Amino acid sequence: MLKRSLLAVAVVGVSLNLQAATELSMWYHGAGNEVESQLINQIVGDFNASQSDYSVKLESFPQASYNDSVVAAALAGNLPDILDVDGPVMPNWAWSGYMQPLNIDESKIANFLPGALGKWEDKLYSVGLWDAAVALVTRQSILDELGLRTPTLDNPWSKDEFMAALDAAKASGKYEYPLDLGMAWTGEWYPYAFSPFLQSFGGDIVDRSNYQTAEGALNGDAALAFGEWWQNLFTGGYAPGTSQDPADRDSGFVNGKYAFTWNGNWAAMNILEKYDDTLFLPAPNLGTGPKIGGASWQFGVSAASENPEGAAAFIEFALQDKYLAAFSDGIGLIPPTPGSAAMTKHYKEGGAMEVFYELSKQQAVVRPVTPGYVVQAKVFEKALADIANGADVADTLDAATDEINLDIERNSGY
Amino acid sequence: MNFRSLLMRDIICFSGFTMSIQSKLTSANRTGWLMALPTLSLITLFIIVPLIFAFGLSFTNQRLISPNPTEFVGWKNYYQLLDLSFVKLSPEVDEAGAAKVNNDGSYEYPRIRTLSRSNPEYEHLRGMREWTSWQLGEDRLYLMARDVVFMKAVVNTLFFVLVVAPLQGGLALALALLINQRLRGINLYRAIYFMPVVVSIVVVSLLWRLIYDANDGLLNNLLGTLSFGLIPPLDWLGSPDTAMESIIAMSIWQAVGFHMVIWLSGLQTISPTLYEAAAIEGSNKWQTFRYVTWPGLRNTAVLVLIVITMQAFALFAQIDVMTQGGPLDSTQTIVFQAVERGYGKQDISGGSTISVLLFIIVLSISLIQRYLTREKH
Repeated sequence: MLKRSLLAVAVVGVSLNLQAATELSMWYHGAGNEVESQLINQIVGDFNASQSDYSVKLESFPQASYNDSVVAAALAGNLPDILDVDGPVMPNWAWSGYMQPLNIDESKIANFLPGALGKWEDKLYSVGLWDAAVALVTRQSILDELGLRTPTLDNPWSKDEFMAALDAAKASGKYEYPLDLGMAWTGEWYPYAFSPFLQSFGGDIVDRSNYQTAEGALNGDAALAFGEWWQNLFTGGYAPGTSQDPADRDSGFVNGKYAFTWNGNWAAMNILEKYDDTLFLPAPNLGTGPKIGGASWQFGVSAASENPEGAAAFIEFALQDKYLAAFSDGIGLIPPTPGSAAMTKHYKEGGAMEVFYELSKQQAVVRPVTPGYVVQAKVFEKALADIANGADVADTLDAATDEINLDIERNSGY
Repeated sequence: MNFRSLLMRDIICFSGFTMSIQSKLTSANRTGWLMALPTLSLITLFIIVPLIFAFGLSFTNQRLISPNPTEFVGWKNYYQLLDLSFVKLSPEVDEAGAAKVNNDGSYEYPRIRTLSRSNPEYEHLRGMREWTSWQLGEDRLYLMARDVVFMKAVVNTLFFVLVVAPLQGGLALALALLINQRLRGINLYRAIYFMPVVVSIVVVSLLWRLIYDANDGLLNNLLGTLSFGLIPPLDWLGSPDTAMESIIAMSIWQAVGFHMVIWLSGLQTISPTLYEAAAIEGSNKWQTFRYVTWPGLRNTAVLVLIVITMQAFALFAQIDVMTQGGPLDSTQTIVFQAVERGYGKQDISGGSTISVLLFIIVLSISLIQRYLTREKH
């Protein structure tokens, strides 16, 4: 009798529990990275323990197939509640109806780096727990040896100074190539790392006033000047081209093959371990000011979610400084708030990568905020690869412009 | 990503299958149909239905994902891919009206972009690009294409097929003749030649990317050592002059074993008595091959030719892994473009249109091959 009533109590207890905690599914792109998995699991665990209304269930995907999985799930109607989304892709997913605007307390994101906030058509859709930045990586000893001025955030190299630096490195004969741009990293790296150069020249992938045409932006005078400059980097023997060995991209600078490498903060830890005089220089000013790419992976709520409040509550919970700092310490990413930056090993005042925070804050530009970006990124990548391989600059940029315009037209202006 | 080549492989199986069942269709019984049912239904579901879809979608503006409704656009997708136009330009003239001549004797022509982008007289050229050009006396004739990349993909694919079909078929036959001998350990050689076929093409492509590496790749090292350093290292996949040839060589090597086995099975169906008779007649090795072996391989040859042609048209995985169509479009292929557009650029209608065009090309070439290799009575 006692046993039976105990059982009944237990059953009631379990069912109450089930009713109480609504399950929220969440997808994440970082499968295979142990540190990253630990960090995200920690947040999920803490959130589930902190309240009893929702229970988040995490599923991780390898990054290479993550976007395809989301698109497939959306077509099949199986989207999770909480989505992880790459910043520049977000407008496409929002436009396609995979995501809904994110309702979180404005004050929580007031002091975030702009690159960590995913906004489209004046609505917030996603927030990142970190940002990423790119810098011109070199060593103080290399600059000294070549007799070069150390550029600063306030006083970056001009285009001429930058080219003179490359010439000096080339003339020294000590390097296979003066500059490593990372041409081996195909895909999103091209628009992320190189379109800011184009913007620094005064051009752009697409005319951002209304995102209806690339004419003039991608094939105007500024863009043509950029194209000639870009081609010269390869024909002039300054940088390895599209057939660069991926292994050289990963370890070429550390092994002394290159004098400079255009690389992200995620690669900085390895270089710092090898050389203690590593410098992270700002991008050169190629005309309209130094610029680097912003926006990394962010969290948002899928349109299919029946519990957007719960999903938003989780995202809000994840935005605590301690988690932002933990991600930064774990994988070297840029903490998106001053508070969290102060808590980290590398980005606190005097930290080895402190400069990235300021780079991100002062120079970061986001990639075109339009659903058409997904196509534009591919067109841009191909155009840059072709120009690097010696294609006619004007014809290539014209063709890219036409392709982007045709795509915009075929999508009724997005 | 590899589904397109899978699909092609299924089409190949399918066409082989239809050929063999055609004559027996009339006498088919219930058991026969029943046994064919699983395959037939899978083929219908995964080949025929998608093909019908592709035909339909190629006349719309269907996107992979889009909130906009799908619209019927008629032949626009085909026009976009296939539109060609000629334009003849006269050389730039100096003030006196005579054609300006450069130091090397060539002429200067106005840039096409100044005409196609802003000159209302050339409105029909808007959005078109120079594909190639020829000299006509003082003038220059430009062939303009609306989709130069697709045109290059078609030409590259045809080049690939034309080189691979005879070379791979011939090499496979030579290997089959070599291993069709009673020698100790011959099975070892058979296994070695067949091995690349069993390994995934993606893995093979990754390995060959290392072999072709510009700096310290195996091939460059080998050539350098054999020539005592006379042959400088080449950027095999990074140069437009060698990229396609490199992929051709690797593709021939990879699939040659498969066709070798088909030839081998053909060789083993030839009756030994014919060879004995030939030996008694005193025929030499060449005569034996020419008058006994080759006639006996007739049907095998037709099969090998058609299969290689179809597989070659489906060239995709090597491109996807090794070059992504570059450098300078020198390795663009039809199937790679179909996938790149359909999935990469989310343009399902464009990808479908390319698939339909590929279907028509392969179908007509197969029909021509069937006609040319038909039994003559």
